[in-house]
Amino acid sequence: MNRITKKFQELQSKNKKAFIGYLTAGDPNIEKTEEFVYALEKGGTDIIELGIPFSDPLADGPVIQDAGLRALNAGVTVDKIMDLVKDIRKNTEIPLLFLVYYNTILIYGKEKFIRTCEEIGVDGLIIPDLPLEERDELEKIMDYDKLCLIPLVAPTSKDRIRKIIDGCNGFVYCVSSLGVTGGKSNFYSDIQSYLQDVKENSSLPIAVGFGISCRDDIKRLEDHVDGVIVGSAIVREIKRSKGDVIVLKEYIESLTK
Amino acid sequence: MKRKFGDFGGQYVPETLMYPLKELEEAYEKYKIDEDFINEYKYYLKEYVGRQSPLYYAKTLTDYLGGAKVYLKREDLNHTGAHKINNVIGQLLLAKRMGKTKVIAETGAGQHGVATATGAALFGMECTVFMGEEDIRRQKLNVFKMELLGAKVQPVVSGTGTLKDATNEAIRQWVKLVEDTFYVIGSVVGPHPYPTMVRDFQRIIGDEARQQILEKENKLPDTVIACIGGGSNAAGIFYPFIEEEEVSLIGVEAGGEGIGTGKHAAVLSDGADGKVGVLHGMKTYLLTDDDGNIKPAFSISAGLDYPGTGPEHSFLHNTGRAKYEAVTDQEAVQAFKLLSETEGIIPALESSHAVAYALKIVPEMAKDEVVIINISGRGDKDVQTILNVI
Repeated sequence: MNRITKKFQELQSKNKKAFIGYLTAGDPNIEKTEEFVYALEKGGTDIIELGIPFSDPLADGPVIQDAGLRALNAGVTVDKIMDLVKDIRKNTEIPLLFLVYYNTILIYGKEKFIRTCEEIGVDGLIIPDLPLEERDELEKIMDYDKLCLIPLVAPTSKDRIRKIIDGCNGFVYCVSSLGVTGGKSNFYSDIQSYLQDVKENSSLPIAVGFGISCRDDIKRLEDHVDGVIVGSAIVREIKRSKGDVIVLKEYIESLTK
Repeated sequence: MKRKFGDFGGQYVPETLMYPLKELEEAYEKYKIDEDFINEYKYYLKEYVGRQSPLYYAKTLTDYLGGAKVYLKREDLNHTGAHKINNVIGQLLLAKRMGKTKVIAETGAGQHGVATATGAALFGMECTVFMGEEDIRRQKLNVFKMELLGAKVQPVVSGTGTLKDATNEAIRQWVKLVEDTFYVIGSVVGPHPYPTMVRDFQRIIGDEARQQILEKENKLPDTVIACIGGGSNAAGIFYPFIEEEEVSLIGVEAGGEGIGTGKHAAVLSDGADGKVGVLHGMKTYLLTDDDGNIKPAFSISAGLDYPGTGPEHSFLHNTGRAKYEAVTDQEAVQAFKLLSETEGIIPALESSHAVAYALKIVPEMAKDEVVIINISGRGDKDVQTILNVI
């Protein structure tokens, strides 16, 4: 069974919600990213999203954009990130996802990218610019038991929700607002009924992300979902503390406890 | 409506954008066959833009080159000085019918921004133009013009501070503002339906040229040449000739300092290492590094300075229906001077690329052959640049 599915089952049996944390791989450098992964896990993170930096990230706001730029300037490459995951897998079984833009996959080579992810123990892909209409070219070469394609739904998805989720595995990523990542708690006005709508249309666990930056945000949303995703807030904290691993772990604890 | 040109195009965008794109596609499908809409579009093209634009027989240039007969399609005579206005009028009329009161646009050199600000002033709409910080610095005059026309110029600081970053930012902002805001894309790029829609609004260039050349020469042209960055003027003039296999279509890319130097904006020409990838919501040929990060494009002409091209051009390239060639900055500058001196027409540096390629092939062609060069815009805006290089 895929590590993501297993993790959600385990949490659900304990009546717990998943805390999903995001890191931009290579910010400020690739060695630090490995330390951050362990700090996130120790701080209580259940699933980790590793962002592969891209020069033109359409779904991301300034915080993650800047982190990506720092990582690229520090010389991170897709191969270095693959090697990093290989190393991490020697030490932990925490579910790992790549947040990756589609151009990165196309230029690396679709087949090669998927096979490498499967080999090194990545559990899922979140591809923010690959909507339902375009995903079949990738779906047909993926084995969801090894690597999930995490479907994204938005407040405006409405009657697309069921089609988007259909045939996917892992969990559903519910985008909380109409903007980009890192907006300040500016959730879609009718977010509860939107999340309810997704829940009713999904046999998969659902998690909500975009703009979740504090414990209060999490409290407000966690009753309606199976997991919450925090990204920009963690990236901001890393930058603020100049990459202090202890501070990071304590920060994650403040969100998860 | 077809979402792709072969493998190219599509809608590679965040899910949040799928709703506004669907809304746009439905509106466009409805109005593109609506007679009132078509008549209003044609009214403004005639009375406001000043169409039709002449197809001018360039006799001095023809004599000078000693080969095929050269005709110039004079898009430089349009209001605001380029073909960009054709598309803006179409999209803004559509925006009004969709009940949108505000428009946003992205711009590099500022030509599309000026055209959008002009249209917004004409139709009483609020206009914001996203422009890279670096481009704002380089294109002060166009920034001033947009502001005179009542538009707000929003600086974009992310990335390289140029057109591709302005486009990213416009796309991001559109999602948040979509209820009352229409996004006017300036070329045959972006997610479906933009490449098709912009081409349709620009095909007026080719429709007119086709009719005009039949009147003047009683035959179709042998060759049509247009410059190509995103590729809207080329798409517009090529489209009505696509079914006519005997008409050779040539898109001229910006070779910058030479394809071999890596400092260029060419993705389709021989030797240009364009790769099939995804940017700004479309699958097309792009300048990217081995990890998929977009490489900065380079050209003396800001309007061709785009790290990709429209998906329909990628398709025409792969099927072989159109040919894509590059000329260097230096060749474009020489063509700029030559056309100014021989015909008294100062072309845009973009259009000078098309002229430069014509200079290479026309002398080799027979005297009874006919070439049309699309002069997509006028060169006033480029005089400062030229001053710096000669």
